[in-house]
Amino acid sequence: MVSDYRIKGETGEWEVVVGLEVHAQITATASKLFSGASTTFGAEPNTQVSLVDAAMPGMLPVPNKECIRQAVRTGMALDAVINRWSRFDRKNYFYADLPQGYQISQLYHPLVGAGEVEILLDDKDENSVKQIGIERIHVEQDAGKLMHDQHPTMSYVDLNRSGVALMEIVSRPDMNSPAEAGAYLRKLRAILRYVGSCDGNMEEGSMRADVNVSVRKPGEDFGTRTETKNVNSVRFVMAVVEHEAKRQVEVLESGGSIVQETRLYDPDKGVTRSLRSKEDAHDYRYFPDPDLLPLELTEDFLAECKASLPELPDAKRKRFEGLGITPYNASVLTVEVETARWFDALLDAGAEPKQAANWVVAELFGALNRRGDTISDTPISPEEAAELLKLVADGTISGTIAKQVFEIMLETGEAPSRIVEERGLKQTSDTGAIDAAVDAVLAANADKVAEYKGGKQALFGFFVGQVMKAMQGKANPGVVNERLRAKLG
Amino acid sequence: MSELTSKTIAELRDGIGGGDFSAREVAEAYNAAVAAGRPLNAYTVETPDLALAAADAADEARAAGALKPLSGVPLGIKDLFATEGVDTTAGSNILKGFKPPYESTVSGKLKAAGAGMLGKLNMDEFAMGSSNETSAYGPVISPWKRSDGGNAALTPGGSSGGSAAAVAAGLAAGVTGTDTGGSIRQPAAFTGICGIKPTYGRCSRWGIVAFASSLDQAGPMARTVRDCAILLEVMAGFDPKDATSLDVPVPRWEAGLSSGLKGKRVGIPTEYRIDGVPAEIDALWEQGVEWLRDAGAEPVKISLPHTAHALPTYYIIAPAEASSNLARYDGVRYGLRKEGVKSLDDMYAATRAAGFGAEVKRRIMIGTYVLSAGFYEAYFTKAQKVRTLIKRDFAEAFKECDIILTPTAPSAAFGLGEKMSDPLAMYLNDVFAVPASLAGLPAMSVPGGLDGQGVPLGLHLIGRELDEQGVLNAALAIEERAGFTARPEKWW
Amino acid sequence: MSVNAEQVRHVAKLARIAMSDAEVEAMVPEFNNILGWVEQLAEVDTDGVEPLTAVIANDLRLRDDVVNDGDCRDAVLKNAPDAQHGFFAVPKVIE
Repeated sequence: MVSDYRIKGETGEWEVVVGLEVHAQITATASKLFSGASTTFGAEPNTQVSLVDAAMPGMLPVPNKECIRQAVRTGMALDAVINRWSRFDRKNYFYADLPQGYQISQLYHPLVGAGEVEILLDDKDENSVKQIGIERIHVEQDAGKLMHDQHPTMSYVDLNRSGVALMEIVSRPDMNSPAEAGAYLRKLRAILRYVGSCDGNMEEGSMRADVNVSVRKPGEDFGTRTETKNVNSVRFVMAVVEHEAKRQVEVLESGGSIVQETRLYDPDKGVTRSLRSKEDAHDYRYFPDPDLLPLELTEDFLAECKASLPELPDAKRKRFEGLGITPYNASVLTVEVETARWFDALLDAGAEPKQAANWVVAELFGALNRRGDTISDTPISPEEAAELLKLVADGTISGTIAKQVFEIMLETGEAPSRIVEERGLKQTSDTGAIDAAVDAVLAANADKVAEYKGGKQALFGFFVGQVMKAMQGKANPGVVNERLRAKLG
Repeated sequence: MSELTSKTIAELRDGIGGGDFSAREVAEAYNAAVAAGRPLNAYTVETPDLALAAADAADEARAAGALKPLSGVPLGIKDLFATEGVDTTAGSNILKGFKPPYESTVSGKLKAAGAGMLGKLNMDEFAMGSSNETSAYGPVISPWKRSDGGNAALTPGGSSGGSAAAVAAGLAAGVTGTDTGGSIRQPAAFTGICGIKPTYGRCSRWGIVAFASSLDQAGPMARTVRDCAILLEVMAGFDPKDATSLDVPVPRWEAGLSSGLKGKRVGIPTEYRIDGVPAEIDALWEQGVEWLRDAGAEPVKISLPHTAHALPTYYIIAPAEASSNLARYDGVRYGLRKEGVKSLDDMYAATRAAGFGAEVKRRIMIGTYVLSAGFYEAYFTKAQKVRTLIKRDFAEAFKECDIILTPTAPSAAFGLGEKMSDPLAMYLNDVFAVPASLAGLPAMSVPGGLDGQGVPLGLHLIGRELDEQGVLNAALAIEERAGFTARPEKWW
Repeated sequence: MSVNAEQVRHVAKLARIAMSDAEVEAMVPEFNNILGWVEQLAEVDTDGVEPLTAVIANDLRLRDDVVNDGDCRDAVLKNAPDAQHGFFAVPKVIE
């Protein structure tokens, strides 16, 4: 399904075709794909490098079972075919961040085959759903890091990252706009974080995207694509799609042709530029790695992987909707796995779903945004939040007072019922006290009462406000409303 | 040769254990022999102190009643095995001065069993060669001379040329070699000693400089079949650091030695009778059949139809794997680095041009070519299919027989320089040895006799997967009947 | 299939081995000699035959996810032609 996003050129409108290859580090494992060195981010250079990672003479790779398990779980979460039989191949090329002179990858027989990701282009529009195909997923080694700014004539090589496990997730060229690319990447990231295989931390480099873009006139065959490598944020990916598509349209409309090449994105200038062409860079001479046998997965292994999967975003969203939560709220609540699990705990603590969803989205998120916190930072536990919501639901406090209590909870970390007790914030439904306040207000505002009876209905709100003020906000609003109506006639 | 240096490993073990002589005496005798043997150029590095240290430890162990299987046995280690703190060059300039901070699993096991290291043994560069003439450290000269009085320097074979020469000349009690396409067996045949390549995966490849990963195997070379069994028992065993290592127990090969072959069928493959092989070698082969018959075995004609395609198959697969395995020699992290270059790529190209010899370059180039776009299917994939057929040939043949007997090499040792002008002529040296390598089967060379010029000839036994015992036993049967006692006359 | 000097040069580039024109010229006949010989495999009937994937039948052993290696920078840098501040130093790469 091609979207209606078009680049408007001189010669007409152009469709954009996008495919993404996402490299996601398997952050769930302590050690590397083929060596026992640590994978922790940010260590001193070359301290997380074994002799195998340094490709010393005579060193050999031994695969990490947990890396395979995480890749399989990820494939299952993407509804993909898991290949019982797969194989490792060597991708041969020379670069200073590649100590072996080859990368152990999987070309011919990847671990995971075709799958699918559902994206929602507009949170508020249930019908803006699109399926984006996954072509395949394979596991491979990450490369080391090269640094060029430390020395005038030398580059420095740090192999800490060399050999860390990567999942390469290749999409089908099913995206047709920057928005779709962004939605896909966000959804993919969410799923990876739900599964727990990759933390999706693009700033730290645990997830990066190669963006393949081509353009064509509607109805024509695919155009030549370019590949912009190592884009490390969703925003940049979307910018690359837009910029590269426009650049290609300009080239084509001025009579040029698109060269199939690798490009790099420069976020400061907002442009992609061609990588200085490495001649023969593309003859990788893939062949099966003779140090490794084919990988064969047992049914038991696959069953355990499947059983270990948590409820995934789409399923959770649908379950929340089934509880009466609005599609928009359900969507917002399930984007981040920590939020979704926090919300699940809130429901488990007895909160009413619709009320809880509204409160989390409006109040809790609002507070977190103001404070610059994430849900993991919040001092409020789901149990305490449930308690607060219950106090409102059973009429102990009003909604207005609840907001106050919430602020106090954020400041002090105290439990809501204690706050209400200590500060005497319970609302009253005592009709006697309320009647007295209503009478006093109506008596003090006789002129307005006359206007109200004369047709100015809006003044009702004024009376409610005055009564609430007189009762220091502790009157049950429902009862106030009822008593006012009764007395105003 | 001193008396001590002409003893077998079994004799040394029993002698030290029985107190007939001390381990120190043995080590000193060998150190002296090594020093005196320099004209052969068998050793690239001598480590007499390490040999003495192991000897002293052995003598202490003896006093404490805690002798190990190889206590006090001085060995030479092929320079393809990483030895911690001791130069490991793989016969190449590109690793000149490289001292690994680690020990290979196999050499580590030998040392843990009490063996002492006399030094590192010269070899063809990166194990690519059949005459030890491609070494960056000069050729090894065989201790054997032809009886024609011409005094021509002969090759000890290769790639484990230094290893073979050392055993034959009494410069080590035993040695390690590696065999990818015959590099243990052919030099063993050329120098009149025993050498066995075990089943692929029996010995760990961890810490052995890789040439062709699906073919490389470590193995012992020594004077007798029993000595080979003793060494192999220590060298073999599952290693979790090598994903191709076989997780199977190591049999007691020495204890299981038996030269009675009643009930065994010996396969004689028709395709191994080829034109151009000297009549003496075919004659020795027939003699070998008779010896085995005498031991109780029944000779059976078998066919290994794809034999003629084995060498070309090998010379596609081995260079291809090597071209990838040798990519790490790039001047970045260890080894030679050419300075004064403008860019990283220039550094790679200049370093590798300066560091690799002609044969290694040739094989890297061939290997790169057969893997490259457009040729991969026609060459590499095709060769792997033929390899499947070769393996199948053996599986079929082993339904009709239990052990296969062939000559080891198509000629006796030739003179240095005789075959260097044509790489193909050199490759043909391994025509009998390569098929067993491709199939991963255990295979051994045992001395059969001398040719008309007084130069050794070997007989070659191939067994089923994991049947090293069958191979050793048949070799023992030949050893007992061949009566090969000839030693090279000391000219150095 | 035979190769010419251009192709040999290309292979040398892929293999990162510097070769003079004379060396390239000398290698052409060597290459063709060997290629001509190995090409005989084309005559072998391999219909329905799978390429060999494991020399000796075995399961690929997977290891447990345990950190038991690395943290040995000194050993890793010990033989480096040029190590600086804990890094391997190489001629500058311009991207």
